[in-house]
Amino acid sequence: MEERKPSWLLKVTVTVLFVFLLVPVLVIVPLSFSGENTLRFPPDSWSFRWYGELWSNDRMWGAFRTSLVIGAVVTVLTILIALPAAYVIVRLKVRGSELLYNLFTAPLLLPTIVIGLAILIIFASVGLLGTRLGIALGHLVLTLPYALRILATALNALAVTVEEAAASLGAKPLTVFRRITLPLIAPGLVSAGALSFLVSFDEVVVTLFLAGPEATTLPVEMFRHLESRSDPLIAAISVLLISLTLAVVLIVHRSIGFSTSFTR
Amino acid sequence: MAQQGDETRRNGLAIALLLPIVLVNVGVFLYPVLNLLSTSFKEALPGGGIGTEFTWANWSTLVQDRFYMEALLRSVLMSLLITFLTLLCSYPIALYLHRSSGQWRTFLLVLVVSPLLTSAVVRTYGWVAVLADTGLIKNGLEQIGITLPFRLVYNMTGVVIGLTEILMPYMILALLAGFGRLDPRCEEAALTLGARPIQAFWRVVLPLTAPGIALGCLLCFVLAVSSFITPRILGGGRVFLLATEIYDQAIVTLNWPAAGTLSILVLVVFGLSLILYTRALRAFD
Repeated sequence: MEERKPSWLLKVTVTVLFVFLLVPVLVIVPLSFSGENTLRFPPDSWSFRWYGELWSNDRMWGAFRTSLVIGAVVTVLTILIALPAAYVIVRLKVRGSELLYNLFTAPLLLPTIVIGLAILIIFASVGLLGTRLGIALGHLVLTLPYALRILATALNALAVTVEEAAASLGAKPLTVFRRITLPLIAPGLVSAGALSFLVSFDEVVVTLFLAGPEATTLPVEMFRHLESRSDPLIAAISVLLISLTLAVVLIVHRSIGFSTSFTR
Repeated sequence: MAQQGDETRRNGLAIALLLPIVLVNVGVFLYPVLNLLSTSFKEALPGGGIGTEFTWANWSTLVQDRFYMEALLRSVLMSLLITFLTLLCSYPIALYLHRSSGQWRTFLLVLVVSPLLTSAVVRTYGWVAVLADTGLIKNGLEQIGITLPFRLVYNMTGVVIGLTEILMPYMILALLAGFGRLDPRCEEAALTLGARPIQAFWRVVLPLTAPGIALGCLLCFVLAVSSFITPRILGGGRVFLLATEIYDQAIVTLNWPAAGTLSILVLVVFGLSLILYTRALRAFD
């Protein structure tokens, strides 16, 4: 059967729409090399001055370091907490697994602005407001559902017979898990970890409610900067962030393949 | 007997393995959200305090204050407009993606998903650079002698443009999921039977892809109503919506019961759109 070729009208429309979809990210890269004092696009002069400004901006660097640390801690905690939970829900199949799964993924259904406010009120009374621990706990609420979903899918795709074969050959349950299950769901672990890191690193809304002068993340500082000014400093940081995201995605791609990790 | 012991051990193991996630979920999600709901029925004390007595005061203030009712109406109407525009901009892309194949399709799919991996703050800033008075569009038009008499950003226009683009990836993915039931042979059959392409689209393609459209619209509407970062920056603090008011009440005014009340309002809007969505789905079948 002959395949229907898209008409030229559809092609032109799609091209225009793709430009619309990508233009905000595309302007940022040249803008970061602007030599102007304020936002102007296209710039009249070019320079590396905004990267210099970024280099000497202690507030942004401090926030960047905090974001990295929180992202790393949240990623490790997410895997440590979500993997046992996914194992129980998929493998042990205790009564009410379904209900538990729905409860644990429920945070994805609520708007982050409501979650942020809810946590703010509780943390204010227990002294977790404006602390790194508080921000990390807030991020965990958002990363756990994603990780649980990915890991449950990975475990579901893994045939129980492989584990049973190892067990019947005399391997203890923990050995089966460590030597058989874990290596086989490694792709799931990598994508769950990468996604958790990106979610934590990019999170703004919940963090905005929980951040304080002592603990603040890069996206929050960028937002606060943007509330008063729109100079190309933010463009320079954005290029840095996009590069970092690209690096994470490439690492995931190298280890398991982009399409299998994100379209699943 | 031995089996019963096994069962007990199994349950013990399950509880131990689930304990961490239960602690996080209950401590940092379930309890805070339930507490938030009860906060809206408590009196606001100065400086972020919350009273202990039950009161309807927050709700009566909310209903009587025209400012809040207008913010609610503005949020809903703006989100409806954005949902419609997002659908309009996403449908051709999804249709094209559905019809293409191989490496080219994968490449385009990566382009569609890639904005999702970019921080909302970064993309919002990109829109400032495009829409500002000294930005890409106005600057570019002035080079060829056209001066737009109105601003494109720091008002509702900017918020609508920015949010439409930011929500497009969600809509495209939802539409693609729904296109699964679109068999190209149906459209071909309609064309062979003498339907004009436009007719085939309206009478065959569109109805078959309706479930995907409904899902995408629900997703985009819900995300638009609760979005905060983009309206705040592209609205320049002059566009008052439910989400921006929640933030102002919580962080600036420190009136947490009022912020909690507005949050419930957002959740009610969420619930209503979900009901509408399930109704629509049933109507399609």
